[in-house]
Amino acid sequence: MSDHDYQPSSKLGKWFNDRLPLLTLSNHLREYPTPKNLNYWWTFGGILTFCLITQIVTGVILGMHYIAHSDLAFESVEHIMRDVNYGWLIRYVHANGASMFFLAVYIHIFRALYYGSYKSPREVIWIIGMIIYFLMMATAFMGYVLPWGQMSFWGATVITNLFSAIPFIGESITNWLWGGYSVGNPTLTRFFSLHYLLPFLILGLVILHIWALHVPGNNNPIGIEIKKPSKDTVPFHPYIVIKDLFALLLFLIVFAFFVFYAPNILGHADNYIEANPLVTPAHIVPEWYLLPFYAILRSVPDKLFGVIAMFASIFVLVILPWLDTSKVRSAIFRPIYKQFYWFLIADVIILGYMGAMPAEGTYLLIARIATVYYFVHFLIILPFLGFKEKTLEVPLSIVEPVLGGSPKQTSTKNNSNLRENL
Amino acid sequence: MSESDKKKHNRRDFIITASTAAGAVGVGAAAWPLIDQMNPDASVKALASTEVDVSAIEPGQSITVLWRGKPVFIKRRTEEEINSARSVDLKDLKHPERDEDRAKNPEWLVMLGVCTHLGCVPLTNKGDYNAWFCPCHGSHYDTSGRIRKGPAPTNLEVPKYVFVNSKTIKIG
Repeated sequence: MSDHDYQPSSKLGKWFNDRLPLLTLSNHLREYPTPKNLNYWWTFGGILTFCLITQIVTGVILGMHYIAHSDLAFESVEHIMRDVNYGWLIRYVHANGASMFFLAVYIHIFRALYYGSYKSPREVIWIIGMIIYFLMMATAFMGYVLPWGQMSFWGATVITNLFSAIPFIGESITNWLWGGYSVGNPTLTRFFSLHYLLPFLILGLVILHIWALHVPGNNNPIGIEIKKPSKDTVPFHPYIVIKDLFALLLFLIVFAFFVFYAPNILGHADNYIEANPLVTPAHIVPEWYLLPFYAILRSVPDKLFGVIAMFASIFVLVILPWLDTSKVRSAIFRPIYKQFYWFLIADVIILGYMGAMPAEGTYLLIARIATVYYFVHFLIILPFLGFKEKTLEVPLSIVEPVLGGSPKQTSTKNNSNLRENL
Repeated sequence: MSESDKKKHNRRDFIITASTAAGAVGVGAAAWPLIDQMNPDASVKALASTEVDVSAIEPGQSITVLWRGKPVFIKRRTEEEINSARSVDLKDLKHPERDEDRAKNPEWLVMLGVCTHLGCVPLTNKGDYNAWFCPCHGSHYDTSGRIRKGPAPTNLEVPKYVFVNSKTIKIG
């Protein structure tokens, strides 16, 4: 990269840049060589940045009107909805923004799974991403508690009780988390404090995530290492910036649909009933984005092992770069992995559906099978597939299949076909 | 390395180890208040006991009161319910406890209305034993509040309580 050669054109710019090289940084971000074959699945990094900033801005505003006290929280949220100017809009953007954030992060994660973006030399990017994902879940969970409705209260009770599964010290830990003997006002106030803090930690990790990304550069749909800069790359600005903005626009249409036309469809009606420690709602479900993990938790008949299985399902993702033994990154050249990839997607969707259903009868049986398959995919299929699978031939560069110049018969043939079609 | 060099090195090692250890203890001591502040505070602990008037409860009825923010079931059991609780073979229980130990006064069963699985409030007169059933993850409890079926690991907890007089129970 030519970062070090950069010289600001103005005298003032040069003076400043010699003291704090912010202009060098901005030049690096503009010139950053990006693979020219990135498809729209690669636009979700930008979309996620937008989601994080939206959540922080709306969250800080909501914090100006919200009151973190078990007697007043529920009313203060209604006050935001009814009295505060545009309060309804800001709260609906924040609440649905969380769902949109998770929608985007799931697409982002599954893109990485398909194209092998977690593989060497991008393991650290992946692990930071998984930490961000984990913090997002913690933040979303604590945010859901703040309105102090029935689902807030009982969701908090069930999730914090997960820690009571720990032998010997479980009860002390839950009492410590609650600041009492059950979920109550001390729990609410500390959740508010942490819910405010964690997004800024996420922001810091996002900066590290991007920094780590800019060391090896982007992976790309064909998953090969490319020379940078070269015929295979384009500068980030304007090419990727415009593409990301266009994708963001499409994403905002979906976002706006939920905010303006179905603002409560992803929530739960029970959360418009104020928290009551004497009555558990008939059917407790977490938000949709946590359902697959909830299904795993419930499919294990033992309390401690259920909790272990749930955390393990996230942990296997962290060590994924070492579980997948295949040297080929992109699923395009891995015919068998490609099929298992879609099985995994189906499996996670099934788990999500089972997490929303009552844990009994056929639902429970299916959830158990899906849980076993989830772990089989990561712990058995992926390690073995790397040795057994016959992968397709990988092109040497991005331009090779397009411009020809390769000794390979297949790519030149495609090329002549293309010419005939034209 | 000469003899004197080695000696110097060892002395320096000792100083580094000792100062690191002292530093670690200091950081730990400074961190403890930051951690312990989250534990139940004095005002929460002050609400540790509750007195309940149970004179209006008829046999077969049950009331729910709040103690330390948690629901407590106070059930006045019928003869039938007592018999069914006492006739169970301990071998059939996941968490073997005699009903005699759980309900000192057989007519009155006092226990936390908190499912031992993940803390939901079980429903009364529901489930396979027509006693308590947790709707969250499907745990069935019998007429003594003992876990019989489902994911909960232990029986419903019996808190400390005493009959202050024939009409009043003090929990906690």
